[in-house]
Amino acid sequence: MRTVTVVGASLAGLSAVRELRAQGYDGAVVVVGEERHLPYDRPPLSKEFLTGGCDADALALGDPDEYRELAVDWLLGERAVRLDPASRTVSLADGRELRTDAVVVATGARPRLLRGADGLHGVHTLRTLDDARALRADLTTGGPRVVVIGAGFIGAEVASAASGMSLDVTVVEAAEVPLHRALGPEMGRACAELHADHGVRLWCGVGVAGLEGSGRVTGVRLADGRLLAADVVVAGVGVQPATEWLSGSGVQVEDGVLCDAGCATSIPRVVAVGDVARCPHAFVGAGVTRIEHWTNAMEQPRTAVRTLLSGASAPGPAAPPYFWSDQYGVRIQLAGHVRAGDVPEVVHGDPASRSFVAVYRRGGRDGHDVAVLAVDQPKLFTRLRRTLTPG
Amino acid sequence: MITVCRIEELPPGEALRVTDGVPAPIAVFNADGVLYAIDDTCTHQDASLADGWLEGCVVECPLHASAFDLRTGRPNCPPAKAAVRTHHVSVRDGVVLLEVNVGEPA
Repeated sequence: MRTVTVVGASLAGLSAVRELRAQGYDGAVVVVGEERHLPYDRPPLSKEFLTGGCDADALALGDPDEYRELAVDWLLGERAVRLDPASRTVSLADGRELRTDAVVVATGARPRLLRGADGLHGVHTLRTLDDARALRADLTTGGPRVVVIGAGFIGAEVASAASGMSLDVTVVEAAEVPLHRALGPEMGRACAELHADHGVRLWCGVGVAGLEGSGRVTGVRLADGRLLAADVVVAGVGVQPATEWLSGSGVQVEDGVLCDAGCATSIPRVVAVGDVARCPHAFVGAGVTRIEHWTNAMEQPRTAVRTLLSGASAPGPAAPPYFWSDQYGVRIQLAGHVRAGDVPEVVHGDPASRSFVAVYRRGGRDGHDVAVLAVDQPKLFTRLRRTLTPG
Repeated sequence: MITVCRIEELPPGEALRVTDGVPAPIAVFNADGVLYAIDDTCTHQDASLADGWLEGCVVECPLHASAFDLRTGRPNCPPAKAAVRTHHVSVRDGVVLLEVNVGEPA
């Protein structure tokens, strides 16, 4: 192998580059990034970056010394539009064709958009640094009324940031219970109470019928007919894996790039990592899953690069998936994987005090521990996450 | 010199966060009987290393995967890139004493 092309200049893409070098690959490395920025850290975008607590420089994932050592050819502000495995070519939007011996797919995901948001100012999604800059500019102009659509982690963090900027904030969630899928109903409800604690209105079980306004958004029309006045609307309603560019390549795609447990795709010398990769996971078990977590983007490339360099696909470690969220001054951490029916038990603290630890057991209270949730309890969390066993 | 606690209050495997009388919080660890002190805040993102997982003389940040060597303050892997400062800690008459190092991290 003389050239490896990493498509996606993200945490997953950079981690793949680091692993290529760490595992002894000394050929050329090309990284194609749709954004014009060098790899940066996304989690702060919905937290301290939004509130002005840190600037873009603080988000950099690498530094010039490291990049010199990694010897990467960066193609930033360039979008990959096609992969042709037969000729080993990645085509870019500007017509350029890159010959390559192997490809790491790290194109991530794009936020789902609201219908009717096209061309309407004041309507945002949040994924990229440019998204965050645009949203921050709107939040810091004229004390806008903010409506957040979707009470998932991104929505909750944006609501928390906006409320911390003394703005009037309403959150609308289509499901009866926020965070239901990630945390189950009981703990989802417990975490969602943070909104009311901080004067943020939360409407659950109601969908969005449409956006009002011409030129600039003025309100959100709910499915039950209510109209919420809004100067800024933020949609946090999930993502779609960015796989369009692989159509016609033969790489099998189904809600992400389908991979085996070693991140190998259906095409030799093409592996996938991060949010876009849908793999069997040794801890999660049961089928294939996309893990849209920072930690996965950081660690999964080790497995993918080993597959690429050895030519033999082997599963990664069975470590429990992990994510965290900072909202309203509280840190929420979850390790493991919660399935419908898993039973949480509060083992420390009290949800009413917004400081507690819950352990989830599979198949009832006598089942084994499959996940641990901590709200403002990092010390106990670091201990209990080591006691989890795969589902 | 700052008085941290009595040595009985910091048994092996435990850590304490010192916030009074220091320019920035400091974490003091008892790693199998040897005491170490480092800056408490992870150099990557806001997290208290005193809350981290201690193994040998390495503490893993409770938020991410970076682990810091208590002897040097250096992280062993990303996401953290910068070292934390190390501080001098000693025991006199059963009392844990901390001497703050205001220099640059290693």
